[in-house]
Amino acid sequence: MSPRKAYESELAELDGLVAEMARKTSEGIEIAVKSFEELDLEQVDKVKRIDEELYSLNMEIEKRCLDVIALQSPVAKDLRAIGTYLKVITDFDRIGRYARDIAEVTAHAHAMAHFKPLVSIPHMAEMAERMVALSVKAFLERDTTLTKEVFELEDKVDSLYDEIFREVITYMMEDSKKIGLGINYTLVARYLERIADHACNISERVIYMVTGQRVIKE
Amino acid sequence: MAQKIETERLNAYFGAVHAVKDVDLGIPENKITAIIGPSGCGKSTLIRCFNRMHEVVHGARVTGKVMLDGKNIYDADMDPVLVRTKVGMVFQKPNPFPTMSIYDNVAAGLRLNGVKDWNRLDKTVEKSLKLAALWDEVKHQLDASGVSISGGQQQRLCIARALAVEPEALLLDEPCSALDPIATAKIEDLLFDLKNSYTIVIVTHNMQQAARIADYTAFMYMGELIEFGVTKTIFEAPDKELTEKYITGRFG
Repeated sequence: MSPRKAYESELAELDGLVAEMARKTSEGIEIAVKSFEELDLEQVDKVKRIDEELYSLNMEIEKRCLDVIALQSPVAKDLRAIGTYLKVITDFDRIGRYARDIAEVTAHAHAMAHFKPLVSIPHMAEMAERMVALSVKAFLERDTTLTKEVFELEDKVDSLYDEIFREVITYMMEDSKKIGLGINYTLVARYLERIADHACNISERVIYMVTGQRVIKE
Repeated sequence: MAQKIETERLNAYFGAVHAVKDVDLGIPENKITAIIGPSGCGKSTLIRCFNRMHEVVHGARVTGKVMLDGKNIYDADMDPVLVRTKVGMVFQKPNPFPTMSIYDNVAAGLRLNGVKDWNRLDKTVEKSLKLAALWDEVKHQLDASGVSISGGQQQRLCIARALAVEPEALLLDEPCSALDPIATAKIEDLLFDLKNSYTIVIVTHNMQQAARIADYTAFMYMGELIEFGVTKTIFEAPDKELTEKYITGRFG
C-alpha cells in the first residue's frame, strides 16, 4: 500500500481524464471523416461538440498537471507521465481541431456531389484514423510495440498526400468547375496529414513515458 | 572521470548489526554526490566510513577498502587524524563549540595542529568564513559566541570550521534538516560554489534537495547500494524499480 494516497488518487484521476480525451479524439476523427465521405451534415455538429469537449479537457488536464507539479514534486515515471500528458493533450486538441476543420469542409461542400468516387482520401483517412487509434491504444495500454506501425504509416500518409495533391490539381486544371471542391479535397488531405503527424508525436511521447528514452521519428 | 573516493566491498558493522553491505561506489572528484535512502538504510554510516569516523563508535568495525586518491585510508600506516583533515565532515545539527567565539571555532582545527601564527590564523579564518559565505554577516562580531548566531549561520560556521584545515573532500550528513528554506538555499548555493574546489558528499532525506544540487545520486536500501548514477537520470528514469518506488514515495 502506497503511503501517498492523495497523490496516487490524483494521478489516477488525471490518467483517466487523459484517457477520456484520447478516446474522444479517436471518435472525433472517425465521425469527421465519415461526414466528409458521405457529405452528411448531421455528423458535423457532433464533431464540433467533441472539439469543444476536447478543448475543455485540455484546459482541465493542464491545470491539474500543474497542480501536481507544484504540490507533489513528481519524479521518475510520474514525472514522465505528467510531462507526457502536458504534451499529448495538445496533440489530442489539435487532432480534434482538424477533425472539426474536416467537418466544416463538409458543411461547405455538402451541396456539391463528389466529382469522382473517393478512393485516395478515404484510404488516407483510414490510415490517419488507424494511426490515431494505435497511438491512443499505445498510450492507454502503455504498449510501445504499437508505435512501430504508426511510424510506418506516417510515411505512407505523406506519400498519399503528395499523390492526392497532384491528382486534384490535374482535375482542377481540366475543369474550372471542379476548383471549389478540389480545394476542399486538398484541405481535407492536408488536415489528415497533420493528424497523422500528431499521431506520431503521441507515439513518440508514449515511448518516452514508458521507457524514459526519447525517440524522434526522422 | 576521476574518482576522489572509491570503496571496494565496503562493509560496516555496529557489533552484530551489519549496517553497510558490500558497497562498491566511486565518488567523482569536484562533484556533488547525494546519498539518499530511507532512515536506517546505512547512508550516514557509509559516509562516516569515508573519513574513519565510523570506527570511533564503540563496537563498530569496517571491512573492505576506502580509497582516497587511490590510497586505502584503512591501511595500517594511515593516520585517522590526517584522514579526517583531508576529508572534513559537517553534521545534521549545527554543532559549533559552544564555549568558543566564532573566530575560535574556525581556528580550532589549525590550533589543534599546532598553528600559533596569528597572521596565518587571521587569514585562514577570514578565508574560510568567506568560502562558507558567512564572512559578511559575522565579520564585525568574530568575538561573539559560536552559538549566538542563527541556526543557518551556525551550520555555515561548521562548514567554515571544516574548510579551515583545507580538506579535499567534504562530507555533509543532512546539513539542512534543521534549517528553514532560506538558510537551506544559502547552504545549497554555497555547496554549488564549493564543488569547484572540493569533492562533496551529502546525505539527505530531502529528495528535491538531492535533485537540485547533486551531480550524482546514490540510492541505498537496507545497507546495500541499489543504484548510482547521474542525478537527472535517477530522478527522470531510474534503472531499478526499488529506486523508482522510493523516489516516487511508494514505499509502504
